[in-house]
Amino acid sequence: MHHLLRLFVQRLALGLLTLFVVSLVIFLSIELLPGDVAQQVLGQSATPENLAAFRRELGLDQPAHTRYLAWFGGFLQGDLGNSLISGLPIWDLISERLYNTFFLAGFAALISVPLAVLLGVVSALYRETLLDKSINVATLTAISVPEFFVGYILVWLFAVEFALFPSIANLSEDASLGDRIYRTFLPALTLTLIVTAHMMRMTRASLINLLALPYIEMAQLKGASQRRLIVIHALPNAIAPIVTVIAINLAYLIVGVVIVEVVFVYPGMGQLLVDSVAKRDFTVVQTACLLFAATYILFNLASDLISIASNPRLLHRK
Amino acid sequence: MNGFLHELGKAPLTAKFGVVVVLLYILVALFAPLLAPFGESEVVGWEYQPWTTENWLGTDSLGRDMATRMIYGARNTIGIALLTTIIAFVVGSTAGFFAAVLQGWVDQLLSRAVDVVISIPTLIFALLLLTIFGASVTSLIGVIALIYATFVYRIARAVAMGIVVMDYVEAAQVRGEGLWWIMRKEILPNAAPPLVAEFGLRFCFVFLTISGLSFLGLGIQPPAADWGSMVRENASLITFGDLTPLIPAAAIGLLTVAVNFIVDWMLHKASGLKT
Repeated sequence: MHHLLRLFVQRLALGLLTLFVVSLVIFLSIELLPGDVAQQVLGQSATPENLAAFRRELGLDQPAHTRYLAWFGGFLQGDLGNSLISGLPIWDLISERLYNTFFLAGFAALISVPLAVLLGVVSALYRETLLDKSINVATLTAISVPEFFVGYILVWLFAVEFALFPSIANLSEDASLGDRIYRTFLPALTLTLIVTAHMMRMTRASLINLLALPYIEMAQLKGASQRRLIVIHALPNAIAPIVTVIAINLAYLIVGVVIVEVVFVYPGMGQLLVDSVAKRDFTVVQTACLLFAATYILFNLASDLISIASNPRLLHRK
Repeated sequence: MNGFLHELGKAPLTAKFGVVVVLLYILVALFAPLLAPFGESEVVGWEYQPWTTENWLGTDSLGRDMATRMIYGARNTIGIALLTTIIAFVVGSTAGFFAAVLQGWVDQLLSRAVDVVISIPTLIFALLLLTIFGASVTSLIGVIALIYATFVYRIARAVAMGIVVMDYVEAAQVRGEGLWWIMRKEILPNAAPPLVAEFGLRFCFVFLTISGLSFLGLGIQPPAADWGSMVRENASLITFGDLTPLIPAAAIGLLTVAVNFIVDWMLHKASGLKT
């Protein structure tokens, strides 16, 4: 058992190291700009006061490592600094939006994970039939079209033609849960369609890979039915790859949220990030990028740890 | 060429469809000025005019001809995505071959740097870099090419790793050939087939990423016609039940599907399986 623990700790340490290096990259990327950063970022029209505020805010008069320590230290204590453009504390800008984004992603995950696994099993069960082929074409299309296409088609269908849901997902702060679900439904459905397609294809692929193994052939020769073969024999061994796929897609969900939020004018982190990039509000962009990247890395780390833990060969090693 | 046509004749329907669609897009992109009835950013009427015989797809939010913008959009959107993919491949595979041949600390340094970039989500990293360099076509191409070069690096390195251990590479080394010669004459020809299939796939990702950024207003900048920004500019029409703004988005999807079909066919052929 202690061997597994060591593997676990190693992977965890590597994940945290990645997180640390990524935070360094995100923080120091501003150094990439040649010349006077303040002038470059704010442009020729910037007043001397703006330039001075910019330098002070980023602490450009201090060496890079001091700045990084102050920023990261503040980050850990919940002090995210101030927005470069509006001067407001970043925490006030993002707290509500962070919750909204997690709500949207969670909502989408709640629908898409069971749906994807079910569809994956069904299409592996009925592989090479018309059903499987139509699911294949549908999911390939969903993957190939841009996210905003899926979003607008749903707007057209559910908000315009049938007028069931609002086309713009504006939330008031004290919205009830029911109202929240109602208004978030279309963006969540968009994300669901995109992510389900990915997850379902990977679930199907990992199941079909397993079906080539000798023990499945053995079960087949014993006369086990297709259904029994998939559900009893293949599925338990496919759980590790499927869980990995789910974790990877949840990571993707957090990122895919950016474009979907813009389509639906949803007050989340993605919208804030895009607005801040357009305004070149560097401090907000840094914080938002770090949060997105950290979520992504943590999900990927979780997928690695789960796949280690669910591998019997690693669990019962001699 | 005849050989290719012969192969294509035996290809599955999806691959034929893919080739026809891609050729069509290329023709439209190449001959855009001849095909388009109006100038790229010429204002020809009122805003949001419906479809007529003169303006096939109506006009956009500024009164420019939608059909003309679509045709020029093919040129801009595909051209920029293609250029970006080519840069990513040149940079990524050169670095990958380099790492495979030299190994040691060069390999370690490049690979660990690539690990870090890949652990940041593509879109997020692109947004970060675009904040620094500002949203313009040049920085867009540079930023996206850099990010995708990391993916190409990994594949090129893995493929080249299998080639550098071959006897003919060793023979070339013993013969005293230089690093550049070995990369170009020994590794590249043998690594080309998997990299070509990869090129198709990466092109799709680059194309979707650039369209996404343009849709967000951070990619290809106006007044250049581009499919991603066309959707954004005219999206308000959708709430009136008019689907015209989605034609550019559908055009993006169609090209991606077509390229995917061709790649599938190539991979299938390369794997040596009989259909």
